[in-house]
Amino acid sequence: MEVGQMQRTWVEYTKSLFMEGFLDGQFTQLQLLQDESNPDFVVEVVSLFFEDSERLLNDLTRALDQQSVDFKRVDAHVHQLKGSSSSIGAQRVKNACIAFRSFCEQQNSEACLKCLQQVKQEYYLVKNKLETLIRLEQQIVAAGGSVPMEELSF
Amino acid sequence: MHWRSEKIDGFDLSPPDDEQVHVLAVDDSLVDRKVIERLLKISCCKVTAVDSGIRALQFLGLDEEKSSSVGFDDLKVDLIITDYCMPGMTGYELLKKIKESSTFREIPVVIMSSENVMARIDRCLEEGAEDFIVKPVKLSDVKRLRDYMTAREFRVKNQQIGNNNNIKNNNKRRLRETCDLSSSPLSMLFSSSSPSPSLSPSSLSSPSSPSPCLSPLPSPPILSYSAPCSPTSLDSPTRRLKMSSSD
Repeated sequence: MEVGQMQRTWVEYTKSLFMEGFLDGQFTQLQLLQDESNPDFVVEVVSLFFEDSERLLNDLTRALDQQSVDFKRVDAHVHQLKGSSSSIGAQRVKNACIAFRSFCEQQNSEACLKCLQQVKQEYYLVKNKLETLIRLEQQIVAAGGSVPMEELSF
Repeated sequence: MHWRSEKIDGFDLSPPDDEQVHVLAVDDSLVDRKVIERLLKISCCKVTAVDSGIRALQFLGLDEEKSSSVGFDDLKVDLIITDYCMPGMTGYELLKKIKESSTFREIPVVIMSSENVMARIDRCLEEGAEDFIVKPVKLSDVKRLRDYMTAREFRVKNQQIGNNNNIKNNNKRRLRETCDLSSSPLSMLFSSSSPSPSLSPSSLSSPSSPSPCLSPLPSPPILSYSAPCSPTSLDSPTRRLKMSSSD
């Protein structure tokens, strides 16, 4: 596939991620922070987000598996996940966390478990999308092209 | 260039690098630390990022147990930006500790929080926080801080000149120049890069080339003009001397 085609694919794919609500304006902020002096910034932040999220999801699974659930602890984990997903623009994960927190407040175990499933689902979806996006970018750069950030005016 | 580390009679002859705004960023989230660090660096700030209030106090040398070891670099912190919700010491508690310290209370502290709660914001501002940023932090938030820091630096240096003139009580022409500047410091700051004609040209040493990040602003000539003035507590050389002689 030639560079022009790859770039067009990248633009369409990125736009779709925004349209479908997977990503919001904060992701654009991150893209703005990337330049020649920091060409891997987005990849680095996204990787940190993946590590952080997987750790938190494990902690949440464990915490909700207890005989007597410590809802304060659960809420603290969800709060962290909400924060990091918000910081990278992973909108659907963030929204799932917001819903989750209200059930923590209500101390509703069953609802919390459902929320955890929802958050996990959203997380793996966005992880998949972001990995695809990053792969596309790497292919463009490997082929000698540049990622057409300026095409994202919407 | 041996003069780089020398201070003569309290005059700061350090290279322009020293005039970079040094921000201490405090956040327990690894993702957020990465982002805030980049936001600040791209806005031409020097950044030290720590993961807790305790570490922040250690860095400042404010905790009782141990002071951080000071490298060659000057530890002067110009701004502290901290997350509100952190395990252990919250950003609010850190804010209080800083404002209770005679050495550090002058440093502006900015609080970041994902929760946009009026009561929380009010409480922080009452405790002396300079500003409150709702997360996620954006480039425009950091730019606003940067502009504030530049204007503040300008005001502080300007006050130094004013104070010195009042003490010396001579050279009314210089006093008038100071008044001209203080009447519209920001308009001068944001005007074209040529300096105000009311400044006597001889008092302006040639400034270093303007930082690209601050394109509308001239490399503030007032900073070199103020070199002969005795520094305020903000950039007191005694703190530097104290830190460099420890360890």
